[in-house]
Amino acid sequence: MSDITAPTGPKLRKKRGRILGNSGLIVAATVLGLITLMAIFAPFIAPHDPYAQTLDDRLIPPAFIDAEMADPRYLLGTDNLGRDYLSRLIYGARISLLIGLLTMLVSGVIGTVLGVAAGYFGGRVDTVVSFLITTRLSLPVVMVALAVVAVAGGSLQVVVLVLGLLLWDRFAVVMRSATMQLRNLEYVAAAQSVGCSTPRILVGEILPNLIPALVVVASYEMAQAILLEAALSFLGLGVQPPLPSWGLMVAEAKEVMLFDPWVILLPGLAICVLVLAINMLGDGIRDVTAPEGRS
Amino acid sequence: MTTPVLDVKQLAVQIPVADGILHAVRDVTLTVARGETLCVVGESGCGKSLTSLAVMGLLPSSARRTAAHMRFAGEDLLDMTPRRLRELRGNRMAMIFQEPMTSLNPAWTIGDQLTEPFLRHGKGNRREATDRAVFLLERVGIAAAGRRLVQYPHELSGGLRQRVMIAMALMCGPDLILADEPTTALDVTIQAEILHLLAELQQEFGMGLLLVTHDLGIVARVAHRVAVMYAGEVVESGPTVTVFDEPRHPYTRGLIDCIPIPARSRPGVPLGTIPGLVPSLVGGIEGCAFRERCAFATEPCARPVPVVTGAEDHAWRCILPAAVPSLLENPA
Amino acid sequence: MLRFTLRRLLLALVVGIAVSAIAFMLLRVSGDLAIALAGEDASPAEVERIREQYGLNRPIIVQYAEWLWRAVQGDLGRSLFYPESVANLIMSRLPVTLTLAGLGLVIALLISLPLGIIAALRRNTWVDRGALGIAVVGQAMPNFWFGLLMIFFFGLSLGWLPISGSDTWMHFVMPAITLGWFSAPVLMRLTRGGMVEVMTSDYIRTARAKGLPGRVVVLKHALRNAIIPVVALCSVQFGNMLSGSVIIETVFALQGIGYLAWEAISRRDFPVVQGILLLVALFYVILTLLADILNAWLDPRIRRG
Repeated sequence: MSDITAPTGPKLRKKRGRILGNSGLIVAATVLGLITLMAIFAPFIAPHDPYAQTLDDRLIPPAFIDAEMADPRYLLGTDNLGRDYLSRLIYGARISLLIGLLTMLVSGVIGTVLGVAAGYFGGRVDTVVSFLITTRLSLPVVMVALAVVAVAGGSLQVVVLVLGLLLWDRFAVVMRSATMQLRNLEYVAAAQSVGCSTPRILVGEILPNLIPALVVVASYEMAQAILLEAALSFLGLGVQPPLPSWGLMVAEAKEVMLFDPWVILLPGLAICVLVLAINMLGDGIRDVTAPEGRS
Repeated sequence: MTTPVLDVKQLAVQIPVADGILHAVRDVTLTVARGETLCVVGESGCGKSLTSLAVMGLLPSSARRTAAHMRFAGEDLLDMTPRRLRELRGNRMAMIFQEPMTSLNPAWTIGDQLTEPFLRHGKGNRREATDRAVFLLERVGIAAAGRRLVQYPHELSGGLRQRVMIAMALMCGPDLILADEPTTALDVTIQAEILHLLAELQQEFGMGLLLVTHDLGIVARVAHRVAVMYAGEVVESGPTVTVFDEPRHPYTRGLIDCIPIPARSRPGVPLGTIPGLVPSLVGGIEGCAFRERCAFATEPCARPVPVVTGAEDHAWRCILPAAVPSLLENPA
Repeated sequence: MLRFTLRRLLLALVVGIAVSAIAFMLLRVSGDLAIALAGEDASPAEVERIREQYGLNRPIIVQYAEWLWRAVQGDLGRSLFYPESVANLIMSRLPVTLTLAGLGLVIALLISLPLGIIAALRRNTWVDRGALGIAVVGQAMPNFWFGLLMIFFFGLSLGWLPISGSDTWMHFVMPAITLGWFSAPVLMRLTRGGMVEVMTSDYIRTARAKGLPGRVVVLKHALRNAIIPVVALCSVQFGNMLSGSVIIETVFALQGIGYLAWEAISRRDFPVVQGILLLVALFYVILTLLADILNAWLDPRIRRG
């Protein structure tokens, strides 16, 4: 039965051609790969300790902002506590990626289970899941997350858990409709008629076919989680100092924005590049896996 | 001789496709006189619909249109400004489409859509537009016309919608109507009524009617003249009676043999069929496009075939010296 | 239409009750509210006293029922920080947020409708790709950062606009642009998608055959059909803007309910937090209800079906 969906030789080659022909996908994957490597090997790459404060070296601008004031020891300058900005940015990638990935996993599991169940079983299950989705959508994400973090305390675990419990709606919506479509296809009916058990159909027939859509939603939700973490940390109710969260760095830079605007530029740009890369990767995967002739 | 309302010479339509250029319409020449019905007939994909869309300037944007000339009442549509073309469209030449279910805008009422061309072309005020809409709806056989004006398309059946489309085409009293398979999407019983109506209206208002169809039975009933298209070309054209009595192209003969005629077709006796497939129109075609399927094909058919003209405007694109006999086994 | 509306109303009611329960329970299951109120280093006796004082020792269902019963009557309790009732506090701040969201929506539409329509009409040209590029890059920016950049350029560097507060209409310009900018991409994509689909439909060909100028074909015949889902989405986006106001209002110190929410959360003023959560969630429920009804009403096939 698997040979119905397995791509044949020329099709596979065509797919490879489509991947290579999609320059956005290549660029996004490269950028994302570099950021990931940077995050993993942060202790080896970072020139300084991201937490070490040198009070004599506060707010030294990078060379491209002010060549005269720049200090060659600090490639991207220092923040208002004299911490090396480049090192903090490199370590910040760890926080963003970690929160993005973990949130995506938590919300992905919740959303996929709910969505597949609703799509496959329909009926009352579907009614309940649809109700849950509608209810979840009615809750203001940022306010709820802020309130929970305020009471439960701002740690990485709490942020991941809160965002994970809030961002599953899109997974559920997409998985629900994708499963509904698959359910009515012939090979699922065939599997049912030869007496395959429900879990086996779900894992063997449905889930593999959901993966392209799942990857696209996952990339989008990961980007959302990164943006939300940055926003929560910016508002002081996310990851707590002295952790070098990019959102927190923007908040710290806000205080000195008037005289040293560049401090605000760098962490924001970092978030922007990471989110853009993840979104473009998702878009690229969607284009490559889309059925022929659709764009 | 008066100027024909439509005079197309050597029209070609080319559409770029994945593996080359599709020569969908090739060297099509036809004329429609005032008060005359010309039927363009052929099977799906022969380019007959594209020909009518080319006249209206409604081809898909990727398509390329060329012609020696394409005159509407003496005015060439080819080098016309978009503004002048808009003045003619929906006003002096109007079109009726194949799909009545989707050709009306679901968001506007019948009344709004009917009066729109009348008002746009400055034929009168809203009051006059409404009066004319009611008059025409009644004329095309729609009861309670006044009430229909405030209805939306989805509230009408397919047959009614096509009558609305016909009324819409008549709003400005056009000189020419192009009807692209106007009855194909409708029930058989309604098809006949709509055709009757079209023929009647054409007589009543003295318009030229270019009727695109794949049904030779329709041609026999309503056409003054007929143009048979095959693989993007007009293979034979002339007065309906002449073409039916003395077809000079084997394809025309094949089509005629396919018509079930009550006196002739008896149970158990097969109707005619044309064997083979239409050749691909991607790239060019040398010689007669029909030769692969033709019972009379000879070696010279592979070379370009000139158009031969006979009496009374009868013209054909075949080297056979005489009318093609029926190939049916038991001709009546 | 009536049946549809009634069914939809029932769903909205059930969802409304569910979100009210969540708005109430959320703070209680997230941690010990009494400890949060008393402070980390308060003595156990102090915590107990606070628990007693706010009735936090009673069964949660009882607390919720009492709160909901009062809330239905318009009483959301009293603020722990301001000498005012929560309802009055919210009401005094709500106009600012509604103005902000309204302006944000207008700006989002001013950006997204023309871009979406032009992108659809000039499909696969540089205009289309450019519009899509703006949307993709725009959505990748953190909105608080975008707001700060605006403050820096238009407020601090150029000095054109005030950077904080909500006293004059000038104070609303940058927050509204920020809010609108982040709602524009999704509206633009929907407009473009709808227009692309509609422009290839048979009735557009009919409209052209009538000799209508391109402007009328696009704006009257195409847009009227493509806009239906966009109008519905606007309603939903308005709801999103209310909840997004917490970030934007904090950045620009705009005295709306978003800013109030942030203040209240920071100060553990939980009756205010609950009240705002309930209000924003109910707004969203009502707006999505409105969106569905609007969607049906705008489409004659559903309205008269």
